Amino acid sequence: MTWEAVIGLEAHVQLSTKTKLFSRASTSFGADPNTNVNLVDCGLPGVLPTVNREAFYKAIRFGLAIDATINQTSHFDRKNYFYPDLPKGYQITQMERPIVLGGFVEINVDGIKKIINITRAHLEEDAGKSIHDADPNNSLIDLNRAGTPLLEIVSEPEISSAKEAVAYMKALHQLITFLDVSDGNMSQGSMRCDANVSIRKAGSQELGTRTEIKNINSFRFIEKAINFEIKRQIRVLESGDKIIQETRLYDSVKDETRPMRTKEFANDYRYFPEPDLLPIVISNEEIEEIKNNFPELPKHKKIRYLNDLQLSENDAEILSSTKSLSVIFEELLNTGNNAVLAARWLVGDVSALLNKDQIEIEESKLDAKLISELLKNIENNTISGKIAKEVLEECYQTGASPNSVIESKGLKQITNTNELQSILQDIVNANPEQVNQFKSGKDKLFGYFVGQAMKATQGKGNPELINKILRELLAK
Amino acid sequence: MLANKEITPSELTEESISLAKRYASLNCFNVINEEAAIAQSRNLSFDSNNLLSCIPIAHKDLFCIKDLETTCSSKILEGYKPPYTATVVKNLENAGCITIAKTNMDEFAMGSSNETSYFGNVHNPWLKNHVPGGSSGGAAASVASGIVPLATGTDTGGSIRQPAALCNLTGLKPTYGRISRWGMIAFASSLDQAGPIAHTAKDCAIALDAMTGHDSKDSTSLHLGKTTTLETLEKHTSLTLGIVKEFNGQLSAEMELAFQKSIMTYQSLGYKIKEITLPNIKYSVPTYYVIAPAECSSNLSRFDGVRFGFRSKNIQNLEDLYVKSRSEGFGNEVKRRILIGTYVLSAGYYDAYYKKAQQVRRLIAEDFNSAFKECDLILTPTSPGTTFAFDSKGSKDPTELYLEDLFTIAANLAGIPAISVPQAFVNNLPSGHQLIGPHLSESAILQTAHHFQLNSDWHLKSPSMESFL
Repeated sequence: MTWEAVIGLEAHVQLSTKTKLFSRASTSFGADPNTNVNLVDCGLPGVLPTVNREAFYKAIRFGLAIDATINQTSHFDRKNYFYPDLPKGYQITQMERPIVLGGFVEINVDGIKKIINITRAHLEEDAGKSIHDADPNNSLIDLNRAGTPLLEIVSEPEISSAKEAVAYMKALHQLITFLDVSDGNMSQGSMRCDANVSIRKAGSQELGTRTEIKNINSFRFIEKAINFEIKRQIRVLESGDKIIQETRLYDSVKDETRPMRTKEFANDYRYFPEPDLLPIVISNEEIEEIKNNFPELPKHKKIRYLNDLQLSENDAEILSSTKSLSVIFEELLNTGNNAVLAARWLVGDVSALLNKDQIEIEESKLDAKLISELLKNIENNTISGKIAKEVLEECYQTGASPNSVIESKGLKQITNTNELQSILQDIVNANPEQVNQFKSGKDKLFGYFVGQAMKATQGKGNPELINKILRELLAK
Repeated sequence: MLANKEITPSELTEESISLAKRYASLNCFNVINEEAAIAQSRNLSFDSNNLLSCIPIAHKDLFCIKDLETTCSSKILEGYKPPYTATVVKNLENAGCITIAKTNMDEFAMGSSNETSYFGNVHNPWLKNHVPGGSSGGAAASVASGIVPLATGTDTGGSIRQPAALCNLTGLKPTYGRISRWGMIAFASSLDQAGPIAHTAKDCAIALDAMTGHDSKDSTSLHLGKTTTLETLEKHTSLTLGIVKEFNGQLSAEMELAFQKSIMTYQSLGYKIKEITLPNIKYSVPTYYVIAPAECSSNLSRFDGVRFGFRSKNIQNLEDLYVKSRSEGFGNEVKRRILIGTYVLSAGYYDAYYKKAQQVRRLIAEDFNSAFKECDLILTPTSPGTTFAFDSKGSKDPTELYLEDLFTIAANLAGIPAISVPQAFVNNLPSGHQLIGPHLSESAILQTAHHFQLNSDWHLKSPSMESFL
């Protein structure tokens, strides 16, 4: 029997606002425990939340990018439950009237395009963190994350495979990073998702019982967790058992999903409108302002790269879809670098180095200034492309500037015509047989002379000059 | 007296504190701010341009004051010292007030008799072993006894006005959003509003003008500057006062007589009296007892024993921490309301209770809007009776006590201002009437109350205090 999977994803995206959703405490990552915390985040008696409008602007930017409806009047609700890292005993979220309704994201799996509709996207505050392994006798609470703004993006159950789920999450990731909605840093928890997975007989219209896999925080784990869960559900149903509707956790070490500690009673969150906050009304002017300052989306960037900058399809695709490379590329354009050359180096050698270490460019020692310096040296013939690769590698490893590497290693190209002339004359003199063969029509031997020239100059000879002088010498 | 240098600021403060100690048996204070108040009074110089300069004040024990114990009269907050000060307290201190003490109250402001306090009952200065009203019972007793001339209270369903009436004081609940709620520990967020309790409408006006003003820390705070009700206090226009048809026949004969006397006083001053109707007012008590508990059940979730306040000693696990800390830390009335609130918000009951209550709340607000097309202010009794003996009401059926707020709750539901004004005594005990006005009509309300007080002397009477020495 063939089965098909029905998957809906709830993505939790941490917004890159400077301060929290309801307090003016910082959202910076990696601060000492309980230092990015103020009275409001602690939920002390008598404190009140105030809304960070920047979070709304980011949510609206996302909504506009996916062609969603923006609820210009939205409000917050309280979701009530007890947990030590939830200081107020309720989470402020948007239940009844979220800021973003509808919209869609396009994904591409193995060349096949598919539309995934978005149900809604709403703003809510994150909880703090419980730390159970730092102290043998106590659980500790870090409230730094408490109150950080999250955008929860809920998809329709239109995803049919783990691959599609990953493609969808990658599409979201691309959007939120290009829109500057979030830094998208998954290892720091800036983007994570819950997956609702069920299976049904192929072609059936009825939905099967679903399970929810909580808090998956990498593309790889999304794929693995969903694949495991689909297989598990098939196994359960084919052995005649039933799927239990439950929340499960993905264990990446064992590569399996497991039920979370079952609660004796289902949680009743007792949602009701947050009385401490008035409904949030976004004016037409604010929407206009957001539209006027709208960042360029990847699809539009690609068209510009192809048409205006004459980049190759491959370079345009890669530079428009990867935020970090795109940012560097735009900076290189702004500092007057040749677009095609810059694109070729970023997509080629720079990416190769990064991929080898599996890091993003901002995590490396390379930056736009450094790459620009390298490209300038190539363009003005100070170094050849071959030497440039060597310089780049050195800069990548040490962070030294290309100029200093070229200087200290004496890699400057030989562009002195007289100097080259004498080196080349020596080569011609030393190879009379080859000269004769060349003159009698064996054109391919030209390459032999170039190779000899490069060998003699340790690769520093300017290739164009070498070509020119060689032709002159051989024509004699 | 301060102006004529008959008394210095520190003498006044010390006098107030010594009275507080002398009448300790009233039990109207949870904590006396003795050292800090005296130190403050020595540093302050009297400012004759400022009517609140060096005036001793008592704050209800749900306003946070930095480093001063703030308990809401609950065991769960016993010993809790907030790291910050409420906006309203700051506003009054900036106006020159000296905080003498924190006043006893019903636990978390839940009650109408001050009998739910963890720190014991407060006596009515007019009659020992009788309630001062609630929940701002300690505040009312502290002013009525003459310890302080002014106290802050909060009013969620009548908690300023009813104790004012029972203690022969003037108490104002302003328009929702007039006074910042920052630092005021919440009972029911959409209903809570701070206000002054004093002897006269004029004193209330002076205090109100200092307490109000927009606060960016409270999203529900109105974007308006401070009120200027004192400036317009003497402006008397003979308004039309509406008498609520639905309230007819709700009073005992003696209470009715006192109320009729008030009506006659207003008539004699040229006010027109007109019967108006508030068709949905009969639903105000049940509506209130859905919305207020719902909000409180959520607001009080933060008292969990994790970060501050009481934590049970006998804890094995997380469940214990919550269940035991909260079971041992909260009193019965608070628990009752948390249970009601949890129930009405539960899945499957939300629509029938909470949602319905919000709909009725809107209808009640619309009733007021219609009524204010017929009249300028609405005149009602403040409470159904005078003070009553400890343990006499609500001990068997708590809802008996809920009816104390029959006349006052609707103003909270509609978010509109209302004042209680002393009127003719009933069996030698204070009683009050209430003036309710449209949104932001504090000036008109205070003018009218002031006009009444210029032509009556009930508010000038004070209790003997002999039985508390």
